[in-house]
Amino acid sequence: MVSGPSLGERPSLRSRDYVAGGATQTAVKILVVGHFAVGKTTLIGSISEIEPLSTEETMTRAAQDVDDLKGVRGKTTTTVAMDFGRLTISDRVVLYLFGTPGQVRFVQMWEDMARGALGALVLVDPERLADSFAVIDLIEQYGLDYAIAVNNFDGNPVRAEASLREALDLLEDTPVVTCDARDEKSSAAALTTLVSYLLARVG
Amino acid sequence: MNGPDDFELDATELVRPYVITKGRRLPDDDQLSLITLVTAAPEQVQRPLRLSPEEQRLLDLCSAGYLSVAEIAGHTRLPLGVVRIMLAGLTEAGYLITRPPVARARLADKELLEEVLSGLRAKFG
Repeated sequence: MVSGPSLGERPSLRSRDYVAGGATQTAVKILVVGHFAVGKTTLIGSISEIEPLSTEETMTRAAQDVDDLKGVRGKTTTTVAMDFGRLTISDRVVLYLFGTPGQVRFVQMWEDMARGALGALVLVDPERLADSFAVIDLIEQYGLDYAIAVNNFDGNPVRAEASLREALDLLEDTPVVTCDARDEKSSAAALTTLVSYLLARVG
Repeated sequence: MNGPDDFELDATELVRPYVITKGRRLPDDDQLSLITLVTAAPEQVQRPLRLSPEEQRLLDLCSAGYLSVAEIAGHTRLPLGVVRIMLAGLTEAGYLITRPPVARARLADKELLEEVLSGLRAKFG
Protein backbone atom coordinates (compact mmCIF):
# COMPACT_ATOMS: atom_id res chain seq x y z
CA MET A 1 0.00 0.00 0.00
CA VAL A 2 2.61 2.56 0.90
CA SER A 3 4.67 1.52 -2.07
CA GLY A 4 1.82 2.66 -4.32
CA PRO A 5 1.90 5.92 -6.23
CA SER A 6 4.20 8.36 -4.49
CA LEU A 7 3.10 11.76 -3.33
CA GLY A 8 1.46 13.80 -6.04
CA GLU A 9 1.38 11.03 -8.62
CA ARG A 10 -2.08 10.29 -9.89
CA PRO A 11 -3.46 6.80 -9.55
CA SER A 12 -4.28 5.51 -12.99
CA LEU A 13 -8.03 5.08 -12.97
CA ARG A 14 -9.90 5.32 -16.22
CA SER A 15 -12.99 7.45 -16.41
CA ARG A 16 -15.26 4.44 -16.58
CA ASP A 17 -13.90 3.32 -13.24
CA TYR A 18 -15.87 6.14 -11.68
CA VAL A 19 -19.59 6.08 -11.06
CA ALA A 20 -21.09 8.03 -13.94
CA GLY A 21 -23.04 11.09 -12.84
CA GLY A 22 -22.62 9.94 -9.26
CA ALA A 23 -24.80 12.60 -7.73
CA THR A 24 -28.00 11.54 -9.41
CA GLN A 25 -27.80 7.81 -9.21
CA THR A 26 -29.62 5.30 -7.13
CA ALA A 27 -27.53 2.43 -5.88
CA VAL A 28 -29.00 -1.02 -5.58
CA LYS A 29 -27.27 -4.02 -4.15
CA ILE A 30 -27.51 -7.72 -4.87
CA LEU A 31 -25.57 -10.36 -2.99
CA VAL A 32 -23.90 -13.30 -4.64
CA VAL A 33 -23.57 -16.06 -2.09
CA GLY A 34 -22.65 -19.69 -2.08
CA HIS A 35 -20.38 -22.12 -0.36
CA PHE A 36 -16.63 -22.28 -0.66
CA ALA A 37 -15.29 -22.70 -4.21
CA VAL A 38 -18.62 -22.53 -6.00
CA GLY A 39 -17.67 -19.71 -8.38
CA LYS A 40 -18.85 -16.46 -6.80
CA THR A 41 -15.71 -14.55 -7.70
CA THR A 42 -15.90 -15.85 -11.25
CA LEU A 43 -19.54 -14.86 -11.67
CA ILE A 44 -19.02 -11.32 -10.43
CA GLY A 45 -15.93 -11.05 -12.61
CA SER A 46 -17.83 -12.09 -15.69
CA ILE A 47 -20.51 -9.39 -15.45
CA SER A 48 -18.89 -6.50 -13.62
CA GLU A 49 -18.06 -3.52 -15.83
CA ILE A 50 -15.17 -2.56 -13.62
CA GLU A 51 -12.39 -4.94 -12.89
CA PRO A 52 -13.93 -6.55 -9.83
CA LEU A 53 -12.28 -5.52 -6.64
CA SER A 54 -11.61 -8.70 -4.91
CA THR A 55 -9.51 -9.94 -2.12
CA GLU A 56 -8.22 -13.21 -3.45
CA GLU A 57 -5.32 -14.68 -1.61
CA THR A 58 -3.35 -17.79 -2.31
CA MET A 59 -4.55 -20.61 -0.14
CA THR A 60 -1.94 -21.93 2.20
CA ARG A 61 -1.49 -25.23 3.90
CA ALA A 62 -3.16 -23.76 6.94
CA ALA A 63 -6.46 -23.82 5.07
CA GLN A 64 -6.15 -27.47 4.13
CA ASP A 65 -7.47 -28.62 7.46
CA VAL A 66 -10.19 -26.00 7.63
CA ASP A 67 -11.59 -25.69 4.12
CA ASP A 68 -12.97 -28.76 2.45
CA LEU A 69 -11.04 -29.08 -0.77
CA LYS A 70 -12.63 -32.34 -1.82
CA GLY A 71 -13.82 -32.13 -5.38
CA VAL A 72 -12.39 -28.67 -5.92
CA ARG A 73 -10.30 -28.81 -8.99
CA GLY A 74 -7.15 -26.73 -9.12
CA LYS A 75 -8.34 -24.02 -6.77
CA THR A 76 -5.33 -22.09 -5.55
CA THR A 77 -6.79 -18.82 -4.33
CA THR A 78 -9.73 -17.93 -2.11
CA THR A 79 -11.57 -14.75 -1.25
CA VAL A 80 -10.60 -13.39 2.14
CA ALA A 81 -12.92 -10.42 2.50
CA MET A 82 -15.38 -9.92 -0.31
CA ASP A 83 -15.84 -9.50 -4.02
CA PHE A 84 -17.28 -6.37 -5.37
CA GLY A 85 -18.52 -5.62 -8.85
CA ARG A 86 -20.51 -2.84 -10.47
CA LEU A 87 -22.96 -2.68 -13.32
CA THR A 88 -24.45 0.59 -14.55
CA ILE A 89 -28.06 -0.23 -15.30
CA SER A 90 -29.13 3.14 -16.64
CA ASP A 91 -28.38 6.82 -16.16
CA ARG A 92 -30.24 6.60 -12.92
CA VAL A 93 -29.48 3.24 -11.41
CA VAL A 94 -26.24 1.50 -10.64
CA LEU A 95 -26.16 -2.10 -9.44
CA TYR A 96 -23.54 -3.32 -7.02
CA LEU A 97 -22.75 -6.97 -6.67
CA PHE A 98 -21.29 -8.16 -3.41
CA GLY A 99 -19.82 -11.60 -3.10
CA THR A 100 -19.53 -12.92 0.40
CA PRO A 101 -16.92 -15.49 1.24
CA GLY A 102 -18.21 -18.99 1.54
CA GLN A 103 -16.41 -20.07 4.66
CA VAL A 104 -18.33 -20.08 7.91
CA ARG A 105 -15.67 -17.96 9.58
CA PHE A 106 -16.82 -14.93 7.57
CA VAL A 107 -20.43 -15.03 8.70
CA GLN A 108 -20.14 -11.77 10.66
CA MET A 109 -19.76 -9.90 7.39
CA TRP A 110 -23.09 -11.12 6.15
CA GLU A 111 -25.18 -8.91 8.34
CA ASP A 112 -23.54 -5.79 6.98
CA MET A 113 -23.82 -6.96 3.42
CA ALA A 114 -27.36 -8.26 3.64
CA ARG A 115 -28.69 -4.97 4.96
CA GLY A 116 -30.55 -3.16 2.21
CA ALA A 117 -29.86 -5.75 -0.47
CA LEU A 118 -32.59 -6.35 -3.06
CA GLY A 119 -32.01 -10.06 -2.89
CA ALA A 120 -29.43 -12.77 -3.22
CA LEU A 121 -28.26 -15.08 -5.93
CA VAL A 122 -27.29 -18.38 -4.35
CA LEU A 123 -24.70 -20.22 -6.41
CA VAL A 124 -24.86 -23.96 -6.06
CA ASP A 125 -22.49 -26.69 -7.17
CA PRO A 126 -24.64 -29.67 -8.21
CA GLU A 127 -21.93 -32.06 -7.06
CA ARG A 128 -21.71 -30.61 -3.58
CA LEU A 129 -25.28 -29.78 -2.71
CA ALA A 130 -24.92 -30.47 0.99
CA ASP A 131 -22.46 -27.58 1.28
CA SER A 132 -25.19 -25.16 0.25
CA PHE A 133 -27.48 -25.90 3.18
CA ALA A 134 -25.66 -23.59 5.57
CA VAL A 135 -25.66 -20.77 3.04
CA ILE A 136 -29.37 -21.05 2.29
CA ASP A 137 -30.09 -21.19 6.04
CA LEU A 138 -28.22 -17.94 6.53
CA ILE A 139 -29.97 -16.17 3.67
CA GLU A 140 -33.35 -17.23 4.99
CA GLN A 141 -32.33 -16.09 8.45
CA TYR A 142 -31.62 -12.60 7.11
CA GLY A 143 -34.96 -12.65 5.34
CA LEU A 144 -33.58 -12.10 1.87
CA ASP A 145 -35.40 -13.33 -1.20
CA TYR A 146 -33.17 -15.49 -3.32
CA ALA A 147 -32.88 -17.45 -6.52
CA ILE A 148 -30.75 -20.54 -7.01
CA ALA A 149 -28.19 -20.53 -9.80
CA VAL A 150 -26.68 -23.92 -10.46
CA ASN A 151 -23.14 -23.41 -11.65
CA ASN A 152 -22.54 -26.17 -14.12
CA PHE A 153 -18.93 -27.10 -14.06
CA ASP A 154 -17.56 -28.80 -17.14
CA GLY A 155 -18.52 -32.38 -17.44
CA ASN A 156 -20.87 -32.52 -14.50
CA PRO A 157 -23.96 -34.56 -15.18
CA VAL A 158 -26.98 -32.29 -15.36
CA ARG A 159 -29.22 -32.90 -12.39
CA ALA A 160 -32.95 -32.85 -12.84
CA GLU A 161 -34.42 -29.68 -11.42
CA ALA A 162 -37.01 -31.59 -9.43
CA SER A 163 -34.43 -33.65 -7.57
CA LEU A 164 -32.37 -30.56 -6.92
CA ARG A 165 -35.39 -28.77 -5.48
CA GLU A 166 -36.10 -31.67 -3.27
CA ALA A 167 -32.50 -31.96 -2.13
CA LEU A 168 -32.33 -28.27 -1.24
CA ASP A 169 -35.85 -28.21 0.17
CA LEU A 170 -36.83 -25.15 -1.85
CA LEU A 171 -40.18 -23.42 -1.87
CA GLU A 172 -42.16 -24.01 -5.02
CA ASP A 173 -41.80 -20.49 -6.33
CA THR A 174 -38.06 -20.13 -5.70
CA PRO A 175 -36.50 -19.93 -9.15
CA VAL A 176 -33.77 -22.34 -10.16
CA VAL A 177 -31.56 -21.58 -13.16
CA THR A 178 -28.53 -23.25 -14.59
CA CYS A 179 -25.63 -21.02 -15.45
CA ASP A 180 -21.99 -20.94 -16.36
CA ALA A 181 -20.35 -18.44 -14.04
CA ARG A 182 -17.57 -17.82 -16.55
CA ASP A 183 -20.00 -16.66 -19.21
CA GLU A 184 -21.23 -13.08 -19.12
CA LYS A 185 -24.58 -13.78 -20.80
CA SER A 186 -25.26 -16.80 -18.68
CA SER A 187 -24.43 -14.98 -15.44
CA ALA A 188 -26.58 -12.04 -16.49
CA ALA A 189 -29.46 -14.38 -17.25
CA ALA A 190 -29.23 -15.73 -13.71
CA LEU A 191 -29.39 -12.18 -12.36
CA THR A 192 -32.33 -11.40 -14.61
CA THR A 193 -34.15 -14.43 -13.25
CA LEU A 194 -33.54 -13.24 -9.71
CA VAL A 195 -34.77 -9.71 -10.41
CA SER A 196 -37.91 -10.97 -12.20
CA TYR A 197 -38.63 -13.09 -9.17
CA LEU A 198 -38.11 -10.16 -6.80
CA LEU A 199 -40.44 -8.11 -8.94
CA ALA A 200 -43.08 -10.81 -8.85
CA ARG A 201 -42.80 -10.88 -5.05
CA VAL A 202 -43.39 -7.16 -4.79
CA GLY A 203 -46.07 -6.78 -7.39
CA MET B 1 -6.55 -10.87 -10.51
CA ASN B 2 -3.46 -11.28 -8.43
CA GLY B 3 -0.56 -10.59 -10.71
CA PRO B 4 3.01 -10.77 -9.50
CA ASP B 5 2.91 -6.98 -8.93
CA ASP B 6 0.29 -7.32 -6.25
CA PHE B 7 2.45 -9.63 -4.26
CA GLU B 8 5.27 -7.14 -4.30
CA LEU B 9 2.89 -4.47 -3.11
CA ASP B 10 1.79 -6.58 -0.21
CA ALA B 11 5.28 -7.54 0.72
CA THR B 12 6.34 -3.94 1.23
CA GLU B 13 3.61 -3.03 3.64
CA LEU B 14 5.67 -0.95 6.01
CA VAL B 15 3.20 1.32 7.71
CA ARG B 16 0.80 -0.30 10.12
CA PRO B 17 -2.89 0.58 9.80
CA TYR B 18 -3.11 2.19 13.24
CA VAL B 19 -0.35 4.58 12.23
CA ILE B 20 -2.25 5.66 9.13
CA THR B 21 -5.42 6.29 11.13
CA LYS B 22 -3.49 8.06 13.88
CA GLY B 23 -5.49 6.12 16.42
CA ARG B 24 -8.82 7.64 15.45
CA ARG B 25 -12.00 5.67 15.96
CA LEU B 26 -14.33 4.29 13.32
CA PRO B 27 -17.05 6.70 12.19
CA ASP B 28 -20.69 5.84 12.78
CA ASP B 29 -22.06 3.09 10.60
CA ASP B 30 -24.61 5.31 8.95
CA GLN B 31 -22.09 8.01 8.16
CA LEU B 32 -20.02 6.07 5.65
CA SER B 33 -21.50 2.81 4.47
CA LEU B 34 -19.98 0.53 1.86
CA ILE B 35 -21.95 2.20 -0.91
CA THR B 36 -21.78 5.83 0.18
CA LEU B 37 -20.45 7.77 -2.80
CA VAL B 38 -17.49 10.05 -2.25
CA THR B 39 -15.90 12.75 -4.40
CA ALA B 40 -13.43 15.58 -3.89
CA ALA B 41 -14.90 18.95 -3.03
CA PRO B 42 -14.85 21.19 -6.10
CA GLU B 43 -13.76 24.37 -4.37
CA GLN B 44 -10.63 22.69 -3.22
CA VAL B 45 -7.88 25.01 -4.42
CA GLN B 46 -4.81 24.40 -2.38
CA ARG B 47 -4.25 21.21 -0.56
CA PRO B 48 -2.44 21.61 2.72
CA LEU B 49 0.79 19.72 2.80
CA ARG B 50 0.19 18.33 6.24
CA LEU B 51 -2.07 15.61 4.89
CA SER B 52 -0.47 12.19 5.06
CA PRO B 53 0.57 10.44 1.84
CA GLU B 54 -2.36 8.08 2.24
CA GLU B 55 -4.79 10.98 2.58
CA GLN B 56 -3.26 12.62 -0.48
CA ARG B 57 -3.77 9.42 -2.43
CA LEU B 58 -7.38 9.20 -1.36
CA LEU B 59 -7.99 12.77 -2.49
CA ASP B 60 -6.28 12.09 -5.82
CA LEU B 61 -8.38 8.99 -6.31
CA CYS B 62 -11.59 10.87 -5.56
CA SER B 63 -10.78 13.94 -7.60
CA ALA B 64 -12.09 12.67 -10.93
CA GLY B 65 -15.57 11.54 -9.99
CA TYR B 66 -17.69 9.60 -7.58
CA LEU B 67 -16.49 6.35 -6.07
CA SER B 68 -18.13 4.22 -3.44
CA VAL B 69 -16.36 3.60 -0.15
CA ALA B 70 -15.96 -0.09 -0.98
CA GLU B 71 -14.30 0.77 -4.28
CA ILE B 72 -11.91 3.23 -2.69
CA ALA B 73 -10.83 0.57 -0.23
CA GLY B 74 -10.31 -1.86 -3.10
CA HIS B 75 -8.30 0.54 -5.24
CA THR B 76 -6.04 1.63 -2.41
CA ARG B 77 -5.70 -1.90 -1.06
CA LEU B 78 -6.14 -0.51 2.44
CA PRO B 79 -8.39 -2.14 5.02
CA LEU B 80 -11.95 -0.88 4.81
CA GLY B 81 -11.93 0.42 8.39
CA VAL B 82 -8.79 2.45 7.76
CA VAL B 83 -10.28 3.97 4.63
CA ARG B 84 -13.50 4.85 6.42
CA ILE B 85 -11.62 6.61 9.20
CA MET B 86 -9.55 8.62 6.72
CA LEU B 87 -12.56 9.48 4.57
CA ALA B 88 -14.47 10.64 7.63
CA GLY B 89 -11.55 12.88 8.60
CA LEU B 90 -11.21 14.34 5.11
CA THR B 91 -14.95 14.93 4.90
CA GLU B 92 -14.97 16.75 8.21
CA ALA B 93 -12.12 18.93 7.01
CA GLY B 94 -14.16 19.80 3.92
CA TYR B 95 -11.94 18.17 1.31
CA LEU B 96 -14.49 15.54 0.35
CA ILE B 97 -18.20 15.47 -0.33
CA THR B 98 -20.17 12.37 0.46
CA ARG B 99 -23.47 11.45 -1.03
CA PRO B 100 -25.30 9.07 1.27
CA PRO B 101 -26.77 6.03 -0.39
CA VAL B 102 -30.47 6.19 -0.96
CA ALA B 103 -32.44 5.43 2.18
CA ARG B 104 -33.17 1.75 2.41
CA ALA B 105 -36.73 0.85 1.71
CA ARG B 106 -38.08 -2.06 3.73
CA LEU B 107 -39.45 -3.57 0.57
CA ALA B 108 -37.65 -2.97 -2.67
CA ASP B 109 -39.79 -0.64 -4.69
CA LYS B 110 -41.40 -1.94 -7.79
CA GLU B 111 -40.32 0.80 -10.13
CA LEU B 112 -36.71 0.35 -9.18
CA LEU B 113 -36.84 -3.39 -9.73
CA GLU B 114 -38.48 -2.87 -13.09
CA GLU B 115 -35.74 -0.49 -14.07
CA VAL B 116 -33.04 -2.92 -12.98
CA LEU B 117 -34.71 -5.72 -14.89
CA SER B 118 -35.14 -3.78 -18.10
CA GLY B 119 -31.59 -2.48 -17.80
CA LEU B 120 -30.23 -5.99 -17.45
CA ARG B 121 -32.28 -7.17 -20.41
CA ALA B 122 -31.14 -4.24 -22.54
CA LYS B 123 -27.52 -4.85 -21.65
CA PHE B 124 -27.37 -8.57 -22.09
CA GLY B 125 -30.22 -9.25 -24.46
